[in-house]
Amino acid sequence: MSDGRVVLVTGGSRGIGLACARRLQADGYQVAITWKSEAPNALDGPEGSIPLLPVRCDVNSTAEIDRAFDEVEAALGNVEVLVCSAGITDDTLLLRMSEEKWARVIDTNLTAVFRATKRASARMVRARYGRIVLLSSVVAYLGSAGQTNYAASKAALVGFGRSLARELAGRNITVNVVAPGVVATDMIAGLPDDRIAALTQMVPLGRAAEPEEVANVVAWLAADASAYVTGAVIPVDGGLGMGH
Amino acid sequence: MSAGRDMKGDRSVENEAAFEKFKSCAVEVLQVPAEKITLDARFSDDLEADSLEVVELVMALEEAFDITVEETELEGVETIGQAFELVTSKI
Repeated sequence: MSDGRVVLVTGGSRGIGLACARRLQADGYQVAITWKSEAPNALDGPEGSIPLLPVRCDVNSTAEIDRAFDEVEAALGNVEVLVCSAGITDDTLLLRMSEEKWARVIDTNLTAVFRATKRASARMVRARYGRIVLLSSVVAYLGSAGQTNYAASKAALVGFGRSLARELAGRNITVNVVAPGVVATDMIAGLPDDRIAALTQMVPLGRAAEPEEVANVVAWLAADASAYVTGAVIPVDGGLGMGH
Repeated sequence: MSAGRDMKGDRSVENEAAFEKFKSCAVEVLQVPAEKITLDARFSDDLEADSLEVVELVMALEEAFDITVEETELEGVETIGQAFELVTSKI
């Protein structure tokens, strides 16, 4: 089904990225993941699947992204599916937000996507095949007090992704954006309980998503069969962002 | 005099080899027959190359000739001859 295509998931060592990596691994892809702070330990997937290839990479550095791609290309071959999931939050109200806090989030969530997609797309263009999936957020269109930096970076991915989708469409490369809502990951676990309760209360489906539910949609977009879907923004938010 | 002629001769041989290399890059990237790669062929009209194909060609040439081409240097480059001249100015 996947023909053992080569996947790179940035931020694939935890949260939504790890769920995507595991799902694609189970689907038969050869999956590499970047990690920064903690090396993943369980790399094996279900029987018959190929172990995950962990690659140390700080996405804030173009040189490190290039090196990570070199490593993946040497071990597995050219990246055919790129999932950009590396992301951070660093919340505070705008009036209290330092320019460093702003820049750090924009660099990790947006500029790193520029770096990774640029590096990946050269080979994809040559191969006349590619799948690029960018992880945005419902916050991109709902807004979220205390997250101007995060929301701006995630909204920017929509314009970036759609522009890139147009640039690469003629080469059989799709670029899509997935916009999760409240997902049960470390990023959310760091919030106070009452804030999590308030968030899930706003979700029509009344609960947070499991990371696997987001991975399911990413895997669908990554598939060969999804060739006619490009420039799409697909919410996986339990209805939280409906109407936007 | 004869030394001068020889040098000129060497240069044109080198130039010819470079153009063959250039041509094979262009044929591969633009997917056109080699005879269409002439000095006065225009990327857009004669070779029907879109902007991404031109970028692909530039990247292939950078790799083949081990050169770097800046975005600004590509302004006004519309023909194979102009592109070839740009490449040879760097090798």
